[in-house]
Amino acid sequence: MEKVLTRNIVPDKGPTDMVAYEANGGYSGLRKAMSGMSPDDCREVVSQSNLRGRGGAGFPTGMKWSFVPMGDKCTPGHKYLVCNADEMEPGTFKDRLLMEYDPHQLIEGMILSAYCIGADLSYIFIRGEYVVAIERLREALAECYAKGYLGENIMGSGYKLDMYVHPSAGRYICGEETALINALEGKRANPRAKPPFPQVSGLWGRPTIVNNVETLCNIPHIIDRGADWFKGLGVGEDAGTKLFGVSGRVKNPGCWELPMGTPVREILENHAGGMQDGLQLKGFLPGGGSTDFLTQDHLDLAMDYNVIGKAGSRMGTGTMIILDDQTCPVGMVLNLIRFFAHESCGFCTPCRDGLPWSRQVLEDIENGRGKAEDLDTLEYQINYIGAIGNTHCALAPGAMEPLQSALKYFREDFERHISGGRCPYHSGVGA
Amino acid sequence: MSDTRIIQTDLSSVLTVEEIAEIDHELVHIPYKSGAAIDALKIVQKARGWVSDECLQAIAKHLEMSSEELEGVATFYNLIYRRPVGDKVILFCDSVSCWINGCDDIKQAISDKLGVDYGETTNDNAYTLLPVPCLGACDRAPVMMVGDELVTNLNNEVVETLFASGKSGGKQ
Repeated sequence: MEKVLTRNIVPDKGPTDMVAYEANGGYSGLRKAMSGMSPDDCREVVSQSNLRGRGGAGFPTGMKWSFVPMGDKCTPGHKYLVCNADEMEPGTFKDRLLMEYDPHQLIEGMILSAYCIGADLSYIFIRGEYVVAIERLREALAECYAKGYLGENIMGSGYKLDMYVHPSAGRYICGEETALINALEGKRANPRAKPPFPQVSGLWGRPTIVNNVETLCNIPHIIDRGADWFKGLGVGEDAGTKLFGVSGRVKNPGCWELPMGTPVREILENHAGGMQDGLQLKGFLPGGGSTDFLTQDHLDLAMDYNVIGKAGSRMGTGTMIILDDQTCPVGMVLNLIRFFAHESCGFCTPCRDGLPWSRQVLEDIENGRGKAEDLDTLEYQINYIGAIGNTHCALAPGAMEPLQSALKYFREDFERHISGGRCPYHSGVGA
Repeated sequence: MSDTRIIQTDLSSVLTVEEIAEIDHELVHIPYKSGAAIDALKIVQKARGWVSDECLQAIAKHLEMSSEELEGVATFYNLIYRRPVGDKVILFCDSVSCWINGCDDIKQAISDKLGVDYGETTNDNAYTLLPVPCLGACDRAPVMMVGDELVTNLNNEVVETLFASGKSGGKQ
């Protein structure tokens, strides 16, 4: 298969600098756009490509951009493009790879995306712990300014763009795009009410697009090689390639670029090497900590947004977390709920007070203090907290996804904790 | 003489010239001074390790915002430290992939070795131990950061080697 996003990535060789990036065709997408394509032309190609956001929601990128007021329809002032490099979804480890080893690919994608929406300022909002990526992105930005790929009159086109790396000060909620915008404004990262959507009123009240790292990394290739080529990369219904990852107790955990629509089984068995010896697959979260469990009945599903959606989960970030038969499902869900309860921004009650309640019930069950009616309490919480519209943002409903599906698929395990008065996985006897 | 005047006099010398210059540099692309709040907290923390009450008040004054508002910002973010920390902060990942791979036992080993639990600093001030959301290196779990360095594939031997000179623990 043709490598697109990872074609320059050979971790043993270190990061790709400007010389190496350009030697392998880098910045040809930008050159093509700057020498004759209008922002409308570029945006049209991206719309035609069917690229969908790689941050987890899968929203069509071209459509997201189409809500930004252009030309006369936009009041005078700045427009912003923001890269969401706040990778913190539990079990997700793909954007780190893209930024540490090929920073120019992201930057080229950002320049092109900013051009598409007419932005003149752009930020890479990156989690503070990614110190290596921050350093390499800053070096790459300096190379771009030196070559005239950023700043005034980019490649002689008259287009002007400045770009800054903004290391964040933490908190998972900053991955929510309006919370991220508040963080960029120096405020507490509480999500904002929508509408207005950031495309109309985002950073400092100006039109703003927030895109994930992997989404932006696709743009140079789409502009350079066209929408049809991109659509042809997928083997299922979705377009392009995707970084798929597997973590948990498999033989070869890792992250690989594969066609969209690659079956789960192929990723798990051919790339991750299958389960470690002596372990069986019990379930998996297909795309990060806030996606519903699927089971071995779903191994032949294609990793496409709608296919995974129809099976009752979400493709999310495309990085799977594997639950084996000797790891306690209640303990795993408790770990996730504990995480989300801790990361609640505290703005709305169902999230701030509901998630700690769920955590408490799960702790009781896991520690052998559970009662039969606790499962009804969990169901009540799932229905209340998990309903979109009861909470200010998607954090708490996302937290309910692994819980509701664990209760559906592994209910027996919850019941055994309660009837036995202890965690059956902790004795060493296992399942 | 009012208390306010005394505080203002004191605050003028809290931040260094270099810190103020660095904060002002951030203001170039930010339309409101308070927009640099998080940058300013990070700049001040960089050299000092943490943000004291005096520093917080001085930053607030410089950015023309109330210190209460800035405190609300500072305490929201887990990488802004409002209490002193050790020379290196250990950011220990306890998220799901690390948990599946046994991070609870590793955390216990570190706590035993260094004599500190989450939120505590060793007596020799070498380390502060804190939990952190998923560090995005799940294929090499369990992982943690020690200062700026990512340490992967943690096991008891790695912990033993890393903290070989482990001081007798203690709590602050």
